[in-house]
Amino acid sequence: MGELIEIRWHGRGGQGAKTAALLLADAALGEGKHIQAFPEYGPERMGAPVQAFNRISEEPIRLHCQVTNPSIVVVLDPTLVGSVNVVAGLPEDGIILINTAETPAAVRERLSIKGLKVFTVDASGIAKEKIGRDVPNTPMMGALIKVTNLLDFTKMLEDNKKKLTKKFRNKPEVIAGNLEAIETAYREVKSE
Amino acid sequence: MKENINSWKDLPIGGIVDEPGTAMAYKTGDWRTLRPIHNSEKCINCLACWIYCPDSAIILKDGKVESIDLEHCKGCGICAHECPPKVKAIEMVDEADFR
Amino acid sequence: MGKTRVARTGNEAMAEAIRQINPDVVAAYPITPATEVMQIFATYVADGLVDTELVPTESEHSAMSAAIGAQVAGARTMTATSSQGLALMYEMLYIAAGLRLPLIMAEVNRALSAPINIHCDHGDTMGGRDAGWIQIFSENSQEAYDNLIQAVRIAEHSDVLLPIMVTTDGFIISHAMEDIDIYSDGEVRDFIGTYKPLQPALDYKKPITVGSIDFVDYYFEHRRALAQAMSNAKNAILEVGREFGSKFGQEYGFYEAYKLDDAEVAMVCLGSTAGTGKDAVDNLRKRGIKAGLLKVRVFRPFPAEELAARLKDVPQICVLDRSDALAATGGPLYAELLAAMFEDRADHTVINRIYGLGGRDIKVGEIEELLSSQVSAAAGGKSIDRIGYLGVRE
Repeated sequence: MGELIEIRWHGRGGQGAKTAALLLADAALGEGKHIQAFPEYGPERMGAPVQAFNRISEEPIRLHCQVTNPSIVVVLDPTLVGSVNVVAGLPEDGIILINTAETPAAVRERLSIKGLKVFTVDASGIAKEKIGRDVPNTPMMGALIKVTNLLDFTKMLEDNKKKLTKKFRNKPEVIAGNLEAIETAYREVKSE
Repeated sequence: MKENINSWKDLPIGGIVDEPGTAMAYKTGDWRTLRPIHNSEKCINCLACWIYCPDSAIILKDGKVESIDLEHCKGCGICAHECPPKVKAIEMVDEADFR
Repeated sequence: MGKTRVARTGNEAMAEAIRQINPDVVAAYPITPATEVMQIFATYVADGLVDTELVPTESEHSAMSAAIGAQVAGARTMTATSSQGLALMYEMLYIAAGLRLPLIMAEVNRALSAPINIHCDHGDTMGGRDAGWIQIFSENSQEAYDNLIQAVRIAEHSDVLLPIMVTTDGFIISHAMEDIDIYSDGEVRDFIGTYKPLQPALDYKKPITVGSIDFVDYYFEHRRALAQAMSNAKNAILEVGREFGSKFGQEYGFYEAYKLDDAEVAMVCLGSTAGTGKDAVDNLRKRGIKAGLLKVRVFRPFPAEELAARLKDVPQICVLDRSDALAATGGPLYAELLAAMFEDRADHTVINRIYGLGGRDIKVGEIEELLSSQVSAAAGGKSIDRIGYLGVRE
């Protein structure tokens, strides 16, 4: 990974798109990369479609403009697909990863997506099972790393474990659930 | 109070006045058109004039009115007004008579 | 030397700096996008990580008034604000400067109303540019952190004694997480040193009067002394910037020159756009256009001679202003730079583009297009608008 990678996250206000971008950036920082993570700037409104962004690079990042041509898009909420142009600005060989129980082929057909590499994972289903709540952002991290090779999965998992342990010292079940969710999504993400 | 400051370089930083009691150096006596005359024989030393004088121009000695500081008295007449009507120990007279 | 690489937003970086500075008093009122600075700092106060007396006030006017009072009393005092909040402080800004109080402000650049807008431009900070405050702009979170630490030393420098505001670009920096190096608490505290107020008002053995009236006989002299302090700030900024460099690695001056030495065209700007501009410069150079960039870090005092000298050999100059002076003569950076360059009377073409008002994005491609069109206009002997707008729907 020599060049600058730009990622766009789609979610709904309150769903954790910004947190996902921050977590990913933090994990990348843990691997010695230069990072940026920022939300779509504006008033925060629960439920409204929102975006968050990452830049990850081996070199210091100087850009302070918005991300308009990401090479990777992650969709946290399948109901956004169709109402928001989630593929906007993606190049021909761009990657789109969607949280849905559908197959990539089914999504491609329904949205008439041309080109791109389409991946899906039932992150909400995994989150409900492993964490007990529909918090798709952590499992999506696992799936994202599987399909992009952006980071070293084992290191990322270790990094997450450390951070979760710090945050949920008194709730070991939350830590285990989150880590399992990440691993499950890593295994179960579907390609075409 | 520093006298004869000619250059901005010599001023205390921030426009502060760096010592207390500088109002003493600011003579306001020449603003006066009426002069208070204190009659110590009528005076009962209730000190109402001393309390009310806005310029602290009533000078006391041993708890009694001794004199009036004419370098700072602006001649406002508050002392004469506050002096009890039955005492009337302070009378305001034309300053011009003394010039 | 203990540097730690961490991920921080601009607001987090500023809050971290304030924690390390450990001011005696902080007085503030929340406003987007600066709110977080104090929100985060308040948790440090609550957790007992600092000794600061935090004074939440009922308005920014009160926040600045309380800060002035605290500083007069002899406390090292800080605050943070943005946009309308800074505007509500304007009256008190002048008083802080006139009283020569080394107050420190974290200011997050945000557009002024009307219309209401919470996003970045420099209109708020520019409104305070003649108030007697030192103004330092930051390109990213790292600079926001570094600048705030240096601000303490610059403001409290015995030749200066002026209030200082360190700015970041609202949301673009304030809410964007970046990797930055932070230094150990001990090193930062060694660097800033202990505050020794010149004449604290609470020293009852040496009573003073603060804020007295000047008549025609003294006002001018006091303002002349204030002007001198701002001139003196130039040396202090360089001195502190050098010392910061020798201690922490990154030296700071009035500006940063990027690929300027052989440049045929240079953009001049403030704040976060400089980062985007550097990528544009690199792209232009790949296309054979010798582009360069001059990032102005210090806007007050305005380093007129130094900027003019650095741009002396650059024929085509494009000044990008993220605020409109509404003077019908372009933006404030342009006006001041043009005046600075007038002295050398060399054959420059200096144009101005006002951009990014209310957070309007400025992209690498737009900067490339702007600079390359200036170069081709010059080569073809065509005229180009001196003053214009970039990125507005015409």
